[in-house]
Amino acid sequence: MTYTVQIKVMPLKELLDPQGKAVMGGLENLGLSGVEDVRVGKNITLRVNADSPEKAKAVAEEASKKLLSNQVMEYFEITVN
Amino acid sequence: MKFGVVVFPGSNCDRDMFDALKHDLGQDVTMLWHKDRDLSKFTTEDCIVLPGGFSYGDYLRCGAIARFSPMMQSVIEFANKGGKVFGVCNGFQILCESGLLPGALLRNANQQFVCKNVFIKNSSEEVFKIPVAHGEGRYYADEQTLNELEANGQVIFRYCDENGQFTKDSNPNGATRNIAGITNAQRNVFGMMPHPERACSDILGNTDGRQIIETLLMAKQLVH
Repeated sequence: MTYTVQIKVMPLKELLDPQGKAVMGGLENLGLSGVEDVRVGKNITLRVNADSPEKAKAVAEEASKKLLSNQVMEYFEITVN
Repeated sequence: MKFGVVVFPGSNCDRDMFDALKHDLGQDVTMLWHKDRDLSKFTTEDCIVLPGGFSYGDYLRCGAIARFSPMMQSVIEFANKGGKVFGVCNGFQILCESGLLPGALLRNANQQFVCKNVFIKNSSEEVFKIPVAHGEGRYYADEQTLNELEANGQVIFRYCDENGQFTKDSNPNGATRNIAGITNAQRNVFGMMPHPERACSDILGNTDGRQIIETLLMAKQLVH
């Protein structure tokens, strides 16, 4: 069976995110009020053929640890559908 | 000793590095294609160089995809056998991504691509003027790693001002503890953000880079 796996990759919370800061400046120029902070990450979608959702998640976890994220600077969250 | 310069799709300092090594420093240099794997004509006395640029378009993260190229598998093996590996700019990012060096290079804190001459200082208190050109050069590692790097003398260059003072203003990218270049514990793998290969020729008006390449790479040990 084919599962759709979403991987959210975000900069570690304790690290400065200059991209988020630049986007924040853009939102301020847009005249929007109330936005207090912006952090920018990635969303990666995998289609994984596996016997079970657990196995699909395991594949995504290995992909995330080895290539899709760098745990020195990012964390990831996996959702399987 | 021989040099091999790896060419990735998107490398753009490979020719500069080749030219500096061959013509300015009179070394034996060959280019190595990222899809090849053969390093059999190199011994651990030789040096493989990962040049600057934007390998694989900086997709995903700088250096992340290059790390899995066929040639990098051979380079990692070569480094683990004690061969010298030198990464500049994107090459430094690839070395961190591949785990040959600790830490990571993050987006510059000032939200800018920085392209200018900076000053860096080594542990012998020598100050060099070397150009930088990067958008992701903010060296980062956790506190424990940073303390180990410092305790083992693995921090090779720090950003400083013209007088050799480590100031906030002289740090072009917000690098932790002003770190511009590091080596591994075995001292055979070395990475730095500034470009010494762009400062090796009189005609370019700056030859400070020549001394860096000579002392770091052509010494018996990569870093003393």
